[in-house]
Amino acid sequence: MPIRTGAQIIWECLVHEGVQTVFGYPGGAILPTYDAMLDYPVHHVLVRHEQVATHMADGYARASGGVGVAIATSGPGATNMVTGIATAMMDSSPMVCITGQVPSKMIGYDAFQETDISGITLPITKHNYLVTRVEDIMPAIKEAFHLAKTGRPGPVLVDITKDAQQASTEWEWDPRPVKIRGYRANSPVLRTDLAKAEALIRASKRPVILAGQGVIQSGATRELVALAERIGSPIAMTLLGLGGVPANHRLNLGMMGMHGEAWVNHAIQEADLLMAFGMRFDDRVTGNLKTYAPTAKKIHVDIDASEINKNVPADVGIIGDLRETLKDLLDLVKPADHSTWVSHIDSMKGDAAVRDIQSLPDTGHLYAAHVINDIWRITEGKAVVVTDVGQHQMWEAQYYHHNAPRTLITSGGLGTMGFAVPAAIGAKMARPEAEVWAIVGDGGFQMTQAELSTAAQEDVKVNIAIINNGYLGMVRQWQEFFYDRRYAATPLRSPDFLKIAEAHGLQGFRVETRGQVADVVQRARSAAGTVIVDFRVEQEDSVYPMVPAGADLDAMIRRPGASVLAETGADKS
Amino acid sequence: MHHTLIALVEDKPGVLNRVASLFRRRNFNIESLTVGRTAEIGVSRMTIVIDTDQAGAQRVGAYLNKLVDVLQVEELASDVAVARDLALVKVTVAGHDRATLLRVVDETRAHIVDTGEQSITLEITGEPPHVDAVIGRLKPLGIIEMVRTGQVAMRRGDTALSATQYS
Repeated sequence: MPIRTGAQIIWECLVHEGVQTVFGYPGGAILPTYDAMLDYPVHHVLVRHEQVATHMADGYARASGGVGVAIATSGPGATNMVTGIATAMMDSSPMVCITGQVPSKMIGYDAFQETDISGITLPITKHNYLVTRVEDIMPAIKEAFHLAKTGRPGPVLVDITKDAQQASTEWEWDPRPVKIRGYRANSPVLRTDLAKAEALIRASKRPVILAGQGVIQSGATRELVALAERIGSPIAMTLLGLGGVPANHRLNLGMMGMHGEAWVNHAIQEADLLMAFGMRFDDRVTGNLKTYAPTAKKIHVDIDASEINKNVPADVGIIGDLRETLKDLLDLVKPADHSTWVSHIDSMKGDAAVRDIQSLPDTGHLYAAHVINDIWRITEGKAVVVTDVGQHQMWEAQYYHHNAPRTLITSGGLGTMGFAVPAAIGAKMARPEAEVWAIVGDGGFQMTQAELSTAAQEDVKVNIAIINNGYLGMVRQWQEFFYDRRYAATPLRSPDFLKIAEAHGLQGFRVETRGQVADVVQRARSAAGTVIVDFRVEQEDSVYPMVPAGADLDAMIRRPGASVLAETGADKS
Repeated sequence: MHHTLIALVEDKPGVLNRVASLFRRRNFNIESLTVGRTAEIGVSRMTIVIDTDQAGAQRVGAYLNKLVDVLQVEELASDVAVARDLALVKVTVAGHDRATLLRVVDETRAHIVDTGEQSITLEITGEPPHVDAVIGRLKPLGIIEMVRTGQVAMRRGDTALSATQYS
C-alpha cells in the first residue's frame, strides 16, 4: 500500500467523495492540509471570513443537491463557522466542515488557537468527530459524508489535529459502503400506517397538503403532484418548500404561515385533513398551536422520527422517505373530487387575487414587491434566487413564483442575516449555467459584503439586488406594529453601494423609480461578472398579511385598504 | 411523572457528553443517570430517569435515537421493570441509643458496611421507594453523609435488550 500523510488522505477522501469545490480559509492548525491541497484536483475558494465559507458550502449544497464542504483552521477559524453550521442544521442542509485542531498532545492545555469545536458544535451538528490519529481520518470523513447526505441531511464537522494531518500511514481507499451501527438513515414504512392514512384521505372532504422542504430533498415533486391531482387536494407550501411544487400548478395555493397568503391560512384552519409532507410545523407556520387547524385530522410524513408529534400531534405518523411513502400511498389512494372545496378557497382569495400589482398605476413610488415581481417576469421565473432574511425574503416568497425545486435558497429556520451573498456565490459555483440572483436587504448585505472581493477574485457572476429601504426593515415593521413605532436601532445609514461595487472592480446600478426597474435588471443580467443593483425602495413599507408571533393562524394583520398594493401577485402564469 | 429510559450506547469518549447535552439542549431535567459497561464489548448502558409527561418521554426517546452513538433506546414502564437503587448512608451514633439504629438496620434489610467511633455506614439496596423509606427512618437518627447511585433498571421476563440486533 502507498504511504500517505493525513493531509493527503483528507484530499484523497474528498476526491473520492466527488468533491470538486471547497470553501475555506487557511491557518496554522490546518496548514498541512492546505499544503497538500495543491496536488489535488479540487478548486478552493478563498473566503474573507470563515462564516461565509459555511454559507457558501450551504448554498452549494442546496443548489446542487450534493454535499457542501467548508474548511477552516482551529480556534477562531472554527468558531467563526458556528453560525453557518447552525444555519445548515436548522434547514437540514448537507455539509461537511473540516477544521484543523492543535496537536493532540496540546489539547486541553489552552494552546494557541485551541478551542473545543467538537464540544461547541455538539448541538448544531448532525454528528461530529475529533480525529487525533491518522488512521482515523478516512473512516471519519467517509462517515461524515454518509451522515451529511442520508436520512435527514445536516452538517457534520470533522476536527483533525495537526499531528494527525502530518503523520503518515499506509493507505488505500476503502470502497465499501459506510455502515454505522447506531445510525439508520431510513426505516421501512409500515403497511398499517399507510392503510390508516388512506382511510383518512378517503374520508376527507376538505383536505390540504402541506408541502415542505422534504419534497425537494427526497425528489418527490412528481409523486406529490400525482397524489394531489388524484384526490383534487389543494397544496400549501412552507417557505423552504417553495419550488417543490410548481407555483403555477392549479392546486398550489402558495405559502402558508406568518406571511402566507390569507386564503392559505384560512384553508388550513377550515380543513378537515392536513397531509404534512416533509415539513416540521415550525411556529412561523402554525401560529398558536392551541387553535391550529382545529377540525383537521393530521397525517404527518417525515424521515426524522423526532418530528412526528413534536409540535402537532399526528393522527397518523409515518416515518420514512417521502418519495417512497408517496409511491406507496399512490398504490392505495382512489381518485376523489374536491372541486367544491377548492372553489370555496378560490372565493376566499377575493379581490387580493384578482388585482395584479403589475397593472397598478405607477405612482412614482418604488415598492420591493414591484422590484421582485419584475425580476421574476424578466427572468421568466427561471433564476436561482438566494435571499437573505427579513422583509425582502418574505416579498420574494410572495412575488417570485418558483416552478422548480432548488430555485429558492434561503435561511428559513435560523433566519441568518448575511446568508444571501455568500450562499448565492456557492449556488453559482454549483450551477454555473444557472442565472443566480441574490435578493438582500441593505442590513444583511453589509453583514457579508466583504464577499464581493471573493466574487471578484473568483470571477463568478451573481446578480445582487439590494432592497434598500434605509431600515432593518422587518424589525422596523415589528416596531411599527408592536412597539408603538419606537424605531430603536433600526434606521440604517449605508455606504454608497455603487462605489462599493466600483472598489471591487464590479458594476453597480441604482434604481429609484419603477420605470427604471426592467431596463436595469436586463443590463445587470447581461453585464459580465457580479453586479450590484441598489433598489431605493419605499422606506416604511410592510409585509402583509402578517400573523403576529403566537397569534391564531387566521388572525392576520391585513394590508390597509388605502394602500396601492394588492396583497399578493396572483398572476403566476 | 417519572419516566425511565434505557439507552445502549457506544463505549467511546464523549458519548456521555452527547447524551447529557441533548437533555440540556431540549430543556429536560435529568433526575438520575447511571452509566456502566454491558456484557457486549464496546457497548455501555445508561439508565436515565426524567420527570416529564408521556409526550416528553417519547420526544426524548426519539432524540436519543437520533444520536449516532446511541444504539438502542427503550422506555421502561415501572410495572414491567426490575429497578434498583443503592445508597451509602453514614449515620452518627452519638446522641442516641446504638440499639435503635441496629433495630432500623435489622428491619430494613440495610447492611452495615463500615463502623467508626462516632458513626456507622450503611448500604441500602432496593427499589427507589424502598431506599427513600429507609433514608426517611434514618434521618431522625442523624445522617452525616449520603450518596446514591441513581436507578438502574431492566425489563422483567425473557426479553433482552441488546445492541447486536442492529449491527
